[in-house]
Amino acid sequence: MKKSILSIALALGFSLPAFAQQITVVNFGGANANAQKKAYYEPFEKTGTKVVPVEYNGEQAKIKAMVETKKVTWDVVEVESPDVARGCDEGLFEKLDYSKLGGKADLLPAAVSDCGIGIFVWSTVMAYNGDKLKGTPATWADFWDLKKFPGKRGMRKGARYNLEFALMADGVKSADVYKVLATKEGAERAFKKLTELKPSIQWWEAGAQPPQFLVAGDVALTTVYNGRIDAANREGKNLKITWTGGIYDLDYWVIPKGTPNKDAAMKFIAFASTPEAQAEYAKNIAYGPTNTKALARLDAKVLGNLPTSPANSKDALQFNLKFWADQGEELEKRFASWAAQ
Amino acid sequence: MTIALRRQLARAERRRKLRAFSLTLPLLLFLLLTFLVPIAALLKRAVENPEVATALPRTVAALGTWDRQGVPAAEAFAALVADLGALPDSSDAGAVARRLNSDAAGARSLLMGTYRALPLEGAGDPAQARAKLLALDERWSEPRYWQAIAKNGSRWTPDYLLAAVDLRRDATGQVERMPEDQRAFARILGRTFAISAVVTLCCLLLGYPLAWWLSTLPARRANVLMILVLVPFWTSILVRVAAWIVLLQSQGLVNRSLMGLGLVDEPLPLLFNRLGVVIAMTHILLPFMILPLYSVMKSVPATYVRAAVSLGSPPLAAFFRVYVPQTFPGIGAGALLVFILAIGYYVTPALLGGADDQMLSYYIAQYTNVNINWGMACGLGALLLSATLVLYAVYRRIVKSELSLG
Repeated sequence: MKKSILSIALALGFSLPAFAQQITVVNFGGANANAQKKAYYEPFEKTGTKVVPVEYNGEQAKIKAMVETKKVTWDVVEVESPDVARGCDEGLFEKLDYSKLGGKADLLPAAVSDCGIGIFVWSTVMAYNGDKLKGTPATWADFWDLKKFPGKRGMRKGARYNLEFALMADGVKSADVYKVLATKEGAERAFKKLTELKPSIQWWEAGAQPPQFLVAGDVALTTVYNGRIDAANREGKNLKITWTGGIYDLDYWVIPKGTPNKDAAMKFIAFASTPEAQAEYAKNIAYGPTNTKALARLDAKVLGNLPTSPANSKDALQFNLKFWADQGEELEKRFASWAAQ
Repeated sequence: MTIALRRQLARAERRRKLRAFSLTLPLLLFLLLTFLVPIAALLKRAVENPEVATALPRTVAALGTWDRQGVPAAEAFAALVADLGALPDSSDAGAVARRLNSDAAGARSLLMGTYRALPLEGAGDPAQARAKLLALDERWSEPRYWQAIAKNGSRWTPDYLLAAVDLRRDATGQVERMPEDQRAFARILGRTFAISAVVTLCCLLLGYPLAWWLSTLPARRANVLMILVLVPFWTSILVRVAAWIVLLQSQGLVNRSLMGLGLVDEPLPLLFNRLGVVIAMTHILLPFMILPLYSVMKSVPATYVRAAVSLGSPPLAAFFRVYVPQTFPGIGAGALLVFILAIGYYVTPALLGGADDQMLSYYIAQYTNVNINWGMACGLGALLLSATLVLYAVYRRIVKSELSLG
């Protein structure tokens, strides 16, 4: 008996130093989480810090509750761009010291913000099933053209992205979209254009749904996060992307304010921002690196699927954070009102 | 002697009552902590409005004499600069910015931009402060941002509750209807009740015959079949929703069999619309209808129907006029249970419904998680709670009996 207790104690004693510390890293799950595990978590664990991955659905309420009650159990969290700015303003996140993160010089300008550092660039684009659709849709006007491409349209349930796409379909140049949308008439115009398509829209809620719609043949065209198409094609599907008029955006790492493991969290983020780790990530899922030096480590085939490659980003639109931080609540409510009519 | 005895008896009785009461104490405490306190907190949050009053007290005071038209006096500008400069932490500015932004879209960037530009030199002088703020961001000349500050100056507000029923206060505090394109929640509440009612009806139509059949079976067989009712009841809702997607999609089992049988030429739209939501919710909530029905039906003696038939009633009439009335308590309990559970549904419509099939809880979740506007979320929660209570009161009036769960 004594011996077994001793051996357990010994085993514990020997196994503990292997992971002197552990941090909880929160991500959005799915194919993205798998790519992060391969490129970031597993290599980082070799430095002696265990990474406990947790999935969430972007609920900032959880972070707010943790910070307010001073019981922070998440150390690093992946958040979407609107939440970085808002959370930073409201004091939910630690301010980042870029001198400890390898500096700002190699990062995309959009990847640098006070509280969050860009993880990857992703894009909301138009996609179709190469085996089922006749012809090649080239613009958002084609997406709205039910005669040329008969069938249902998959769209994200909500105002964000859809209003931008509607304006582009109505002939607004991608550079002017947010200028037009900021006016009362512009918002009116976007909702009116969306009404044209309303009877044919099949709404999606989760990012995994639109590729399923395409594979099942439920919709002819859909809006989708580009990485999901890449993930489906890795499983042998023939889904195609039209990059014109896509809206690209970044996801960011943030550190909730008051975490006891801030140093380890900073080390993790610094590791995940190195060109090597970012290149490995892009090989596993088609999201663009934020460290520009990572691009040199990728071959043409991988580059061709990234939203950041020159050909793909030519006619793309950068998601306007400030616009949605200001107008988001009102426009989403208007969307709810529009949907109920 | 008798008085002493009586006193003793009374004491014993009191002690017995006290003991019985103390046995229920843990439950009462549990209910208080997990049920009443959170509801009270929710209702409090729905009328609480501390952000502006705490952060901008001087500005609110300076706006006290403003007629809410045009640009306010220069003193208000100076007070605003002083207030923002005195904030202990940027998170306080963020909280005010969020609060004002949900009243006047754009206030977030305006306020945070101004806060970051502080300190402004020479802003102690009102005229200078005004000139500097307007030079910094000309939106400070728009009355709507000042109106938002003035309106939210008090610690308590009816705004969230008003917004939950599509009303708002105008600049002078008069209650008016929301502009057409911002009216949503009345329709959504109506939709929530409509879906719940349809689901309740479907559950009753499907559950009643099944419960009746189960109650007529010998106990052994009834138990085996009861397990079949209960197995889906124990399965996670998400799993059942995913199963329905597999069954109902356009290339799914249902559509393929229908097309294989030649009943339809092209796949029926069974998913991502109202029909899909009703089908899945009915399936998920069916056990809540069957269980109370079954327990009531078990206690209905079969002799009454037999007596009615032997006295010359046709079997169908005997069933509806003798048997069914005896199961009313089960119907009432089952329908109420299903309806009230259905009202709060969120995941099923979110995954199986379209943009116009979402129920009120979806928007509560959106305000909680996405917009982080907890006041609005609590306002909608209060609306849902009161609507449910009103409905329960109506039910009590109609049925005129205590709710019995078998």
